[in-house]
Amino acid sequence: MSAPTPVSIAEPDVDDVVELEDPWVTIVWNDPVNLMSYVAYVFRNYFGYTDEKAHELMLQVHHDGRTIVSSGRREQMERHVQAMHEYGLWATLERQDA
Amino acid sequence: MKPFKRRRRGGITATFEVGEAHLLASLAAGVVELLRDRNGAEESDADPLAVQLGMGGPSLPPDDPVLLRLLPDAYRDDPDDAGEFRRFTERSLTSIKVANAEALIGSLVDGGLTFGEMPDDTHGAIEVELDGDEVQAWLRSLTDIRLSLAVRLGIETDEDAMLVAESADDNTAMTYGFYEWLGFVQETLVDALD
Repeated sequence: MSAPTPVSIAEPDVDDVVELEDPWVTIVWNDPVNLMSYVAYVFRNYFGYTDEKAHELMLQVHHDGRTIVSSGRREQMERHVQAMHEYGLWATLERQDA
Repeated sequence: MKPFKRRRRGGITATFEVGEAHLLASLAAGVVELLRDRNGAEESDADPLAVQLGMGGPSLPPDDPVLLRLLPDAYRDDPDDAGEFRRFTERSLTSIKVANAEALIGSLVDGGLTFGEMPDDTHGAIEVELDGDEVQAWLRSLTDIRLSLAVRLGIETDEDAMLVAESADDNTAMTYGFYEWLGFVQETLVDALD
């Protein structure tokens, strides 16, 4: 029996390529129930946004009815949507060009 | 109720009257019951490995509008993707929500809340002190309770909320009062975290 000789292959950084070619977004939708302070808190606490950014996103949701809170790979957006549903925020994901 | 505030040594505390604590616990228990009706009954029959992997949940959205708001579709315009996502995630989302509601009830019990016969003095004090994990459970569970009440009240838009607030119906007025009060409780909790 012989062990195969290990061969080292330089792998391309797949994540970077996917992120460029496959842009998905997490959208948070307005609802009349969630407190503005709580929505901003969730954006700060979960996404790690600054006070200013979190407040701005919260106002966009409130005034425009929806806003994109994150973009990237599909699996990552699915995790974000699941987390938003845990917080009780109404969130969906979709392909950016959809 | 004495609003949430942060103690010097870091704990987040609030004091509820016994009647308020009972109300909170029973509303949280109502959410647990509803979620268990959806995703509890058949769990004993499910393949344990599939359950562990988060597989084998329902792929169709719930008919009950409250459950649909607590467990919404992740894809807005694609029922197939929404169903597939739901099949893999709904059970774990359900158990997280159940755990949050149970943690809220647990904090009240730790603060001295007892069940069974109501004590004569419903104004006695239930003091809760929350650590970081409990704060997260309370924030989420208060949200789930408010979402449930809002669906029952028919609040889908900001205008609906104003109409419901002016309702002459006693039951609606009472439920709306609970809804508003829970919003106050949550607001003081969020404020205390800043």
